[in-house]
Amino acid sequence: MNKQEFLTQMQKALSWLPQEDIEERIAFYSEIIDDHIEEGMSEEQAIAEIGSVQEVTTQIVAETPLPRLVKEKVKPKRALRIWEIILIVLGFPVWFPLIIAAGAVILSLYIVVWALVISLWAFDISILISALGGIAISVVYFINANITPAFMTLAIAMFIGGLSIFILFGCVAVSKSIIKLTWKGVIGIKYMFINKETRK
Amino acid sequence: MDVQLKRGLLDLCVLAAIKNEDSYGYKIIKDLKPCIEMSESTLYTILKRLEGTGMLTVRSAEHDGRLRKYYHITESGIKRIEEFKREWKEVITIYNFVTKEALL
Repeated sequence: MNKQEFLTQMQKALSWLPQEDIEERIAFYSEIIDDHIEEGMSEEQAIAEIGSVQEVTTQIVAETPLPRLVKEKVKPKRALRIWEIILIVLGFPVWFPLIIAAGAVILSLYIVVWALVISLWAFDISILISALGGIAISVVYFINANITPAFMTLAIAMFIGGLSIFILFGCVAVSKSIIKLTWKGVIGIKYMFINKETRK
Repeated sequence: MDVQLKRGLLDLCVLAAIKNEDSYGYKIIKDLKPCIEMSESTLYTILKRLEGTGMLTVRSAEHDGRLRKYYHITESGIKRIEEFKREWKEVITIYNFVTKEALL
């Protein structure tokens, strides 16, 4: 690959950046390649020194903060025509509620997931309390010398208490994995943007 | 190394490379090689940042029939280096203390 090919490919790979940024970067790489050649390198060697187009773009994407990536993506490449602006403004009652609705649906699904987790916790706590209550009742039976119901209640209370401890581990595990999944989801959204940009 | 810290140190390396005389992209990378390996893209980002914060100025000059950009350190760039020297005296004192404690 010669210098011209390299710079053309680079220009294509960076097409998502503003035009002036692209030109400045291309000039920068071009200057360094020329300097390498001046020091006695061949054109191919000089380009190899800079790295592949893929490597360079990946690095540039990594160095660009996400808000800028989003901004460059959302920003139209050309000025909007009048009828497009009119369409966007007139369409506001349609697209705005749609975006809000989509956001609300995602948010409510997320809340449902957490509501299920909270109900599991509530169930666990309630059976734990009933187990403690059962033990208290069995103590009363013991004091009144009702031995058979005393043992019965104690046994059931112990069983429920054990069950609640068992479920407690489940509650903790489910909560933890949902928190983990939430983080993964957030990171996934970030990568979605970056990957789309590099694929162009 | 901490990203924020590394970024600050790279900025200082570049400032140091243009402190005594104006320099250009290729020469900066070459001069820094004994200290740190810096890719062209990284250098570009740093130069942009330093220009944005007024630590250096850029001028284009003709060289061998083509244009080359020369980077010149400003007053605040020099101040930044002096500041770094002062700050890091403290860091070195801490470093010496920590390594001494670790040996005990």
